[in-house]
Amino acid sequence: MNRRDFLKITGILAIGAASHQTAMILLSSEVKGDQAKKKRWAMAISFSACVKREGCRDCIDNCHLIHNVPEFTDNKDKIQWIWSSHYESVFGEQTNMFTKGMLKNLSVLCLCNHCENPPCVKVCPTKATWKNKDGIIMIDYHRCIGCRYCMAACPYDARSFNWKDPKPFIKEINRDFPTRAKGVVEKCNFCEERITQGLLPACVEACPEKALTFGDLNDPESDISRLLKTRFSIQRKPHLGTDPKVFYLF
Amino acid sequence: MKKIILGLILFLLVAFLPLGYNIYTGKKAYIPVIKAPEDKKECVENVFIMRKRHNIVLEKWRDASVRHGIKKYVSLNGTYKISLTGTCLGCHSDKTQFCDRCHDYAGVKPRCWDCHNIPDKVAEK
Repeated sequence: MNRRDFLKITGILAIGAASHQTAMILLSSEVKGDQAKKKRWAMAISFSACVKREGCRDCIDNCHLIHNVPEFTDNKDKIQWIWSSHYESVFGEQTNMFTKGMLKNLSVLCLCNHCENPPCVKVCPTKATWKNKDGIIMIDYHRCIGCRYCMAACPYDARSFNWKDPKPFIKEINRDFPTRAKGVVEKCNFCEERITQGLLPACVEACPEKALTFGDLNDPESDISRLLKTRFSIQRKPHLGTDPKVFYLF
Repeated sequence: MKKIILGLILFLLVAFLPLGYNIYTGKKAYIPVIKAPEDKKECVENVFIMRKRHNIVLEKWRDASVRHGIKKYVSLNGTYKISLTGTCLGCHSDKTQFCDRCHDYAGVKPRCWDCHNIPDKVAEK
């Protein structure tokens, strides 16, 4: 091979490699374009609609039934994906001397806030919990080692730990959703498995008063976007900068 | 010297006891027989791949479904829903006659069933 041939071959190879690189860049920009269409799932809970039925537990029961959440008799072992609590304990920093009396009996529905800046994700040593492309905070129960750092990090008490094998404490097992094992942390998954099928979350579907609204914040025409634009809403512990995606409407 | 030989013989006896036991009970050539579903021709991949690499296929399913939100699996045999309880046990309905046969023989204890549901067991409950 003479010098001229060598240069020719090298040149052709270089062009080939460059075109491959260009193709990769073009492909990745296509992926980025896809990401622009990503969702930002959120929920709005209306106080006024939620209080209409006193002692109603339809949303909690439906969620816990569908997701095989066990019911432990001992409070220390309690596992909850969605629960109700008093206004004061949920919105401690948003009370004053008058709200204390006025909202004394108001029970507030709580669940994982699916924060935009989730502290639980930052502390997980095994990346068992992460924020998926649609903003849902997921848990990979295969990978969870049960260190409970996430429980310490979560300012909303949204996570529960399986101190015991939960299976004997599940009243009726839903075949289509896995149970959990002893030693993992679990919480609300914003019904990721239902959303991908085009269904609404279990709690939203169960509410007889339509107090819960679920939708995509990135879509300005969605029900939730319109609702939040027109009604006064609050979030839990907004000063922490976690940017919760569960809104409470007055 | 005598003691050493006696010790050696004793050691060999103990070491080959399992082999002798299997020959005696006729289990020497034992190969686990699994009950494949009769009405289905092929699994999600061809039999050879499934036999050798089903664990890897299942791990890929797990990562795809849980971590990447991919719920469908496309192979040459068709498109399948990624679901251990739904798709795998949908055909291989008797876990004790299928999964457990080889796993027990090989002493493998996969922890899938700590969480994933076995339809028969759920029905019993």
